[in-house]
Amino acid sequence: MNNFFFRINDLHAEVEGKKILKGVNLDLPKGEVHAIMGPNGSGKSTLAQVIAGRESYEVTEGEILLEGENILELSPEERAYKGLFLAFQYPVEIPGVSTLYFLKTALNSIRKANGLDEVDTYEFMALAREKVKEVGLDEDFLKRPVNWGFSGGEKKRAEIFQLLILQPKLAILDETDSGLDIDALRIVAKAVESMRSKERSFLVITHYQRILNYIKPDRVHVMVDGVIAKSGGFDLALELEEKGYGWIEKELTFAGGRDL
Amino acid sequence: MAQEVHNDIEQLVKKEYTAGFYTNVEQEVFPPGINEDIIARLSAKKGEPEWMLNWRLKAFRIWQKMKEPHWANVHYDPIDYEAISYYAAPKKRPKSLDEVDPEILRTYERLGIPLHEWEKLAGVAVDAVFDSVSVATTFQKQLEKMGIIFCSISEAIQNYPELVKKYLGTVVPPNDNFFAALNSAVFSDGSFVYVPKGVKCPMELSTYFRINARGTGQFERTLIIAEEDAYVSYLEGCTAPMRDENQLHAAVVELIALDGATIRYSTVQNWYPGDKEGKGGIYNFVTKRGLCAGENSKISWTQVETGSAITWKYPSCILKGDNSVGEFYSVAVTNNFQQADTGTKMIHVGRNTRSTIISKGIAAGKSQNTYRGLVKIMRNAEYARNFSQCDSMLIGNECGAHTFPYIEIHNPTAQMEHEATTSKIGEDQIFYCNTRGLDTEEAVALIVNGFCKEVLQKLPMEFAVEAQKLLEISLEGSVG
Ligand SMILES: Nc1ncnc2c1ncn2[C@@H]1O[C@H](COP(=O)(O)OP(=O)(O)O)[C@@H](O)[C@H]1O
Ligand SMILES: [Mg+2]
Repeated sequence: MNNFFFRINDLHAEVEGKKILKGVNLDLPKGEVHAIMGPNGSGKSTLAQVIAGRESYEVTEGEILLEGENILELSPEERAYKGLFLAFQYPVEIPGVSTLYFLKTALNSIRKANGLDEVDTYEFMALAREKVKEVGLDEDFLKRPVNWGFSGGEKKRAEIFQLLILQPKLAILDETDSGLDIDALRIVAKAVESMRSKERSFLVITHYQRILNYIKPDRVHVMVDGVIAKSGGFDLALELEEKGYGWIEKELTFAGGRDL
Repeated sequence: MAQEVHNDIEQLVKKEYTAGFYTNVEQEVFPPGINEDIIARLSAKKGEPEWMLNWRLKAFRIWQKMKEPHWANVHYDPIDYEAISYYAAPKKRPKSLDEVDPEILRTYERLGIPLHEWEKLAGVAVDAVFDSVSVATTFQKQLEKMGIIFCSISEAIQNYPELVKKYLGTVVPPNDNFFAALNSAVFSDGSFVYVPKGVKCPMELSTYFRINARGTGQFERTLIIAEEDAYVSYLEGCTAPMRDENQLHAAVVELIALDGATIRYSTVQNWYPGDKEGKGGIYNFVTKRGLCAGENSKISWTQVETGSAITWKYPSCILKGDNSVGEFYSVAVTNNFQQADTGTKMIHVGRNTRSTIISKGIAAGKSQNTYRGLVKIMRNAEYARNFSQCDSMLIGNECGAHTFPYIEIHNPTAQMEHEATTSKIGEDQIFYCNTRGLDTEEAVALIVNGFCKEVLQKLPMEFAVEAQKLLEISLEGSVG
């Protein structure tokens, strides 16, 4: 038994025979916010989906430990019961299923698995009404089918709305900032900030440094070609913004530490 | 005094007849095979008047000249009509729930059906469930006061011969098709509903509330008549899987709506679909048709079809009255080796007639799911309108969904709209639900229910909830 909250050791994963993650190591203590930055195609979303348990990605090596337990053996829903949440880069549409019903079912499945009483429709309505406002969406969204016909920005807000409802221990935000204008970004960031606590950790995946001005990370990791190539403080994000990712890629090659 | 004695005797005779009837049912099974003699015996068993026997015999002679149709997109071994016993005597029933397949009981449990109803559903040989009998009696009294007749068709033949004679076979004549002819010759029982002019039936009528509903058997015959400005909503079937050892079911349902009348007919069909290897299961060959005879009349079919090994069923509307409206809302689910070929026909005869078709087909396992629909606009149907939407959803790679929309237009003022989609339940949709704490089966049920929502909404409330659960159970194990 160790004291780490969330830890990834030497994670390798591939899809359709193509190696995407090539030995990811990461250590996210409880209560901290870490950012993962990196160029497009470097494997950020793959990492997020592997953590959440997507079966189409095959893990060939390594482990993912949540509070000391290797969650690779668990199904995605079991990981959700353990307090894991992924805000998708591309949220999925479910026609005909109202957001309200979907989320109530989700919340109650998670509560039930944790031995808690189910929340009834009235309590849930009240909760949902309150939270939906926090992400700047209209109450009507609760009645609309899950992500169905939502604009890109609405989908991202809706993911954060789900986050607010489900109150996970570990939240992974996959490019929640992309496609949001500055006002929406502020609203989303504020909602996330309101969730920040000693008991909750965040992994904020982003392509741009912009969102990190609002959600200040404790640490920044840079992913390049399936590995965490560099880690540092908030300064690293600023440096990346200024210089781009090229120099890290060069540094990697130069170090010769691994095959590219 | 004399009158009293007479009544007593009548009571006695009736009682004996009833008792005798049931004892006979338990013991007697007709030898397999179909001929005029068998039909005569069947008719006699039911104590039918001569005109009814003649009607059956005429149908039988028509049937003999017909050939079994094979145009539907279903495949099955030839049916041997000489191997069937045409007297719908209940076969050996289980004596207690201990003798019933535990799998069926588990389904009842999951559907949330109260324990005291299990025996009835499983066909356990108990003398009817007293609760529901008394409920049924109360309801019938209330209906009677309003002039509504709701009884078995056998009773109607005895008690309301004029009505039966006037309407039976007017919408689905015996020569309509092979199975309709067979049904006309040998129909076992079914429901009869008559709602008089201007009366709105205050409750959903379901076979559940009809005394004697049990054992309507394999050749069910239902006749519903709504007179001018009358309204009735009828529920057929049950979400619980019905145990039945008869493989061939060939029902006929006829609806007649006069001026300004509305008939809503909802079905949940969950006959035994066969096992996971495709063995056994009911062949469900049904002819259902409604006649919007009067102006401004409306007939609305809603069906949720999840059972049977083979379904061949096209609830249809003949829109004869001007401004009449026909609707068809359907969910058909097939899993494992099930085959369904279902849809509707909307025949526009009158002016300004309108029809709506919404069909949702869901195929899983190795099943085949076909929508087949005809919209026909006749020459005098000025300004007829139709909207059709046929959506198919596939679960897995081994099933098939097919859509055959036929359109025949003989009047240039017709307005037609047709939409069709085919989708697959996406791995991404299931994963998304999984990450929110729903297991895969819950996820599939949720996605499918969402897909069918427009149709499920058309069902009466209590039916809709059950139907949702039913979809979930029908698709159990269909994904990974
Ligand atoms: N399902 C998949 N099938 C094939 N290739 C994939 C799949 N998912 C991701 N990839 C590939 O893996 C690489 C990393 O993608 P991704 O994790 O989405 O990167 P990022 O989120 O950093 O932009 C890309 O080259 C992408 O094309
Ligand atoms: Mg990505």
